[in-house]
Parts: sequence; structure tokens; C-alpha cells
Amino acid sequence: MKAPDLLELAVRNLRESVLRNSLTTLGIGVGVASLVAMVSLGIGLQQNTTRRLERSGLFDTVMVTRADAGGFGPRRRNASTAENQRVLDDNARRDFAALPGVLEAVPDIRTVAQIRYGDKPHRAMVAAVPMSAHDREAFENLQGSFFSSGSAGEAILQKSFAEELLNLSPEPADESEAGKPSPELQPLLGKELVMSYAARLSAPKAGSAQIASGASHSPATSQEASAPANSTDAELNPLLAAFSVAPETRTLRIVGILTADPDAVRGVGRARVFVPQDFAEGLQLMLPSDLGSDAAAGERTYLEISVRLRHPEDVPRVEESIRRMGFNAFSILDASRSVQTAFRIFDIFLAVFGSLALAVASLGIVNTLVMAILERRREIGILKALGASDMDVKLLFFVEAGAMGVVGGVLGVAMGWTIGKIINIGVNFYLHRQNVPPQTLWLVPWWLVFLAVGFSIFVSFVSGLYPAARAAKLDPVRALRYE
Amino acid sequence: MIATPQNGSGTIETQEICRHYTLGAAVIRAVDGITLSVKAGEFVALLGSSGSGKSSLLNLIAGLDRPTSGSATVDGHRLAELSSEELARYRRESVGIVFQAFNLVPSMTVAENVELPLRLAETDRGERSERVRRALDQVGLGERLAHRPSELSGGEQQRVALARALVNSPRILLADEPTGNLDSRTGVEIMKLIGDCNQRGMTVLLVTHERPLAEAYATRLLFLADGKMVAEQPNTPNRAESGAGA
Repeated sequence: MKAPDLLELAVRNLRESVLRNSLTTLGIGVGVASLVAMVSLGIGLQQNTTRRLERSGLFDTVMVTRADAGGFGPRRRNASTAENQRVLDDNARRDFAALPGVLEAVPDIRTVAQIRYGDKPHRAMVAAVPMSAHDREAFENLQGSFFSSGSAGEAILQKSFAEELLNLSPEPADESEAGKPSPELQPLLGKELVMSYAARLSAPKAGSAQIASGASHSPATSQEASAPANSTDAELNPLLAAFSVAPETRTLRIVGILTADPDAVRGVGRARVFVPQDFAEGLQLMLPSDLGSDAAAGERTYLEISVRLRHPEDVPRVEESIRRMGFNAFSILDASRSVQTAFRIFDIFLAVFGSLALAVASLGIVNTLVMAILERRREIGILKALGASDMDVKLLFFVEAGAMGVVGGVLGVAMGWTIGKIINIGVNFYLHRQNVPPQTLWLVPWWLVFLAVGFSIFVSFVSGLYPAARAAKLDPVRALRYE
Repeated sequence: MIATPQNGSGTIETQEICRHYTLGAAVIRAVDGITLSVKAGEFVALLGSSGSGKSSLLNLIAGLDRPTSGSATVDGHRLAELSSEELARYRRESVGIVFQAFNLVPSMTVAENVELPLRLAETDRGERSERVRRALDQVGLGERLAHRPSELSGGEQQRVALARALVNSPRILLADEPTGNLDSRTGVEIMKLIGDCNQRGMTVLLVTHERPLAEAYATRLLFLADGKMVAEQPNTPNRAESGAGA
């Protein structure tokens, strides 16, 4: 029998027992809806998390340290040989920036400084933040504004530090208050801070190192005020021949207060005051890397350079290129692989759980078709007597099962999508009342729509296997005698 | 006017054909070694009491059942050697079958019922409607295309069944008690139509227990009892005697 005739007969047969077939189809629909709802929940949660991680600026960033440095990521044995050991300096930074797909290479500049607000001094970790960080999630709920330019003498404070400056007791953690501007801290915006820090000054002409002493507002003054170092010390410690250290002060204007933590991965190295990257580089802050042996050459070196990429998918390639240059490279993408695996397992679990309803629905199809065979036994006999082959009869039942699968699949996707939409609206209504930004918990991508309908048809066909085979095997003589 | 058959040789031959059923320890010999030969264009009636094996023999010849032993060659096809698919094709193309119980699909209209063999034969849709209309005109139901079987009388339903059996223009018509569910006047009308088919050259094998009807139309009478052929009698059809001559 030709396909259009098969389809026409199948639809006609389905219409004959419209209530039973509709209920079976509804059962498939509920099964598919359950599957879609479960999987789309998994996808929604995964995408939500992934998007947050991507917006954290960590997914498109490769952190580079010296090959022999401890810390992040897998250590490459062949990366730290004496021949290929390279210094993490501005030359390396330029090499990183020149790699295809790299947006910027930013050295990690952070130091402990004294911050004076009013008369009271405070100690805080100060870190440089590039202007590109503006789009990061951490700065999303910024009270005030981001830096006006990369070289501006401006500061953004962590909320806890801002509270410390105003002698406010820290607010208890309250999820509902997260991201809300704090009226008590508002007066800080526009106010000035004085930052005192250790500056790294270039070596004096005599070649001997000097340790500057006393506070000063200009490098020139501090050099004049510095006392000559002992020449024996300089001979013993080549660092002293490379540069001198002087106390410096700078005035910073507070432009913003952060509620989220942009520096979460750093643990004890978390900063409490953020300044623009270009501005920080201009300060010539004394960095921990300045105490390393490489610093003796006089060039500025860094403990870590963050290489930001245009696309997260370039991370593995750039990581590999940097490793080949002789550095240690690490990205959160490495660490996130286990998270992705966990999400995949979670998705599979949800899909299996969602499929259970479809499995139950498939039994409904088997039941409906077996009932149809009993009811249409004589009709099958007539078809066979008129010349229908076993395959014709089998295909007829297959098409009936497939038709229920198609309609049930489409219905199920629509139901699953609607359920997800309603729950999204409900959740976001609640979140809105709690002053939390809207979230997409349920996400039905196009591929899931096709996959769900396809799976529904597949399950229907599998369910139709037994009834179709049974119908095809009917003896026409006995079928024609059936009343 | 009944269409002239187009396919095959139209002959029927069986050789020591048997159909035995096992029922517990008992063996039912529904057909027990029947050998017969029907020429093309012949009208043969199988007569016998209930349970004599008439319908079982017809089912074997129709390819609806397979023999336990022996063979049947119909319209040039050695049925025992045909696969299930080939047997279906044989039923589609070589024979038309009319049943006592009409066996129309109740959910389909008259036209759809008659169209079924054409669908199975994968006849073009455009050609189908014309052939359906022609077949129904032949049995006088050209105006009842859209009616359901339940809206027709018994005689009309059997006419639809006859139109359905003829729509593929087979060489052989197998009729199993076609008048069994009809009153005598309607039965005669049906027999007249079947007789017309035979007049046009179609081989007819009629199963009946109504001897007068058989004598009115058949050219040969075969008598069955307990699955065996017990007698064979040539016959001169006399339609007028059965009331079908008019």
C-alpha cells in the first residue's frame, strides 16, 4: 500500500475510537511534557550557571604563571626546564597579547596598602582592575559607578571595607538584600581616600641599591630623602642593585561600592579596594614578584598575568600556545570540566526520570493497539482477504502508533514548554518581590523540541512493534469468523 | 454490465488437497484429499451440508489458508509454493471473493469499501474513483457511493461486496454462500449478477447449500461430505427455474 493510503487509513482508524486514542495520545503528551520539563530544567540550570561563570570573566581567561611557580593547574614537566624557563615580564605580556583570539593580557597587580579615610588608617589589599571588567557580573550591582577611565585616580570599595571606613557594623548576610544599594554607604561616594604604599623605584646611577625611608608625595622627593644603603648589602643582594623602594601616597576618589565579590577565587588574596589597571601600573607598586631573583635584572616581573580571550572556546588553544612558550597556563575551564560532567550526569538523570512517564505512556500505546487488534480483528481479516500483505497490516499499525507519537510529541512539547514558562513566570515573580534579578530556570532549546518529538515517535514505533507483529500474524480465516 | 476479466488463465486445479485441524487429541479432516479441476470460464457449484468442507476448500483455493498436504494451482499459481507476500498479491490480482457475511468495513462508505482492493494494489488515485464508480454501476449501486454499509439492505451490502470483488477485474470469482444471509428474491438478484460475471468469461466457484440456485447457474455440481468429494454432476443452467431468468 502507498504511504498516503496507509496514512489515510491509519488516521481513519484512529478517529474511529477517538476517545481512547485521544487519551492514549494525551498519555504520550504527558510523558513527553515530563521529559521536556525535566531536561529543560537541567538545561536551564546549566545555562544559568554557565552564563554566570562566563560573566564572572573567568571562563574566557587564562591565568599564566612562571613554569616553575606553584599554584594553579597541572604542572608540565617539560615546561620548567632551565632552557625554556621564561620570565613573566612585559615582553611575555606582549607575546600573550599578540596571540590570535587574545583580547588583552593584564598583569596581576595587588599589594597591601594603608588606606586613610579621615584620620583613621586602615590596611587593605588593593588590586588593579582592567576597564574590560566593567561587564563582569561582579560589577552588575555596583552602587555608584565604574571607573571613568583606566588612568583615573578612582577607587571602588568592597562593601565590607566601606562599612569599616564608616565604622558600621557589618550587615548580616541576607539573600533578599543582595545587590541592593545601601543608603548608609551612599555618603562615601565622591569622597577621597589617601593610599600609602611601597613604590618600586628604578636603580640609582651609582648602581647601588637604596632603601628609601620616610613618607613622600613624589618619587623625586622620596629619592632625595632616602639614605644610602650599605654597599656590602648591595653586593650580597643583587635586588638592591636593581631598584629602590620608597613609600608613596596617592589620593583616590571613591566612585563605587561593590556588593558582590569579583575576586572570589583568590581566597586570602582578596582585595578590598580596586583601582583602574592603567592607574595601578603607573603607580609602580612594589609587588611580591619584585622579591624574586628575576627582578634583579631590573625588568618588572609579575607573579601572574591574566590573558583574556574574545571567545571561551579559544581557551584550550591559547593555553597550549602559552605552555609552549614555557609558562604555566591554567583556566577555570579546566576546573569546570568536572562541573560540566556533573551537569551532564544530572541531565541524564533528569532525562531518565522524565522518560519514565513516557515509558508508562508507551504501555498505553501497546494497550490501545492490542485492544484495536481485538476490535478490528474482522477488519484485518477483510484486508487480508482482499490482498493486504502481512507488511501492509504491520505498517498500518505502525503508522497508527507513529501518528499517536507525533501528535503526543507535539502536544507534550507544547505542554512542557508551557509548564516551564509558567514556572519561570512564577519563580521570577517571587524573585522580583525579593529584589533578585530575573532568572531563566527552564529553557527549551530547539534541539530539545525536535529530540522530544523524535523520541516520542521512536517510543511509539517501539510500542507498536508487538501489536503490529500480532496483527500481521492474524490468520485471515479465523479473523473473518471473529464476531 | 459486468466488466470482462483481464488477468490470468482462470483455471482451478487441486490435487489430493487436505486441510486437517488438530483439536486436542482429535484430528478434524475438514478437507480430505480432494482433487478437482475447473476450466476457465466454468461455473462450478460446491454443494454439501454444513461441515462438509465446502468453505474450507474455498479458503484453500482463495489462498486464505494453506493445505496440510496436496496442492492447488489456481490461475497458473502453485499456491503451496507462494510466500506470504506472493499469496497476498495473488488474492489481490487473481481472485475476487464474496462472503456470506458480506464482510464490509462498517466505518467506510460504499465507495471506500470498493476502493480498498485498489488501494492495496497501489492503483493511481485518479483511476480509482472511476473504477469504483464503474464497479458500483455494474451492481446497480452507483447512487449509493457515500452511504455506509449500515444504511444499506442485506442485498445491497452483498452487491457492494460483489463490486469490491470485481473492481480489480479478476479471472476467478470465489463466492462462499453469497445468498446465505439474504431472502430468496434478493438471493436471486445476487446470483444473477454472479451469473453475469460468468457469462462474461469469469470462472466462478460457488459454495452453497441451496441446490436450486446452484442448478440454475452452475455448469457443474460437486458434492462434498466429510471433507471428501462424494459426487460430481454436470448441469445445464436454467435461470428461469430459479426465478432469475427475467
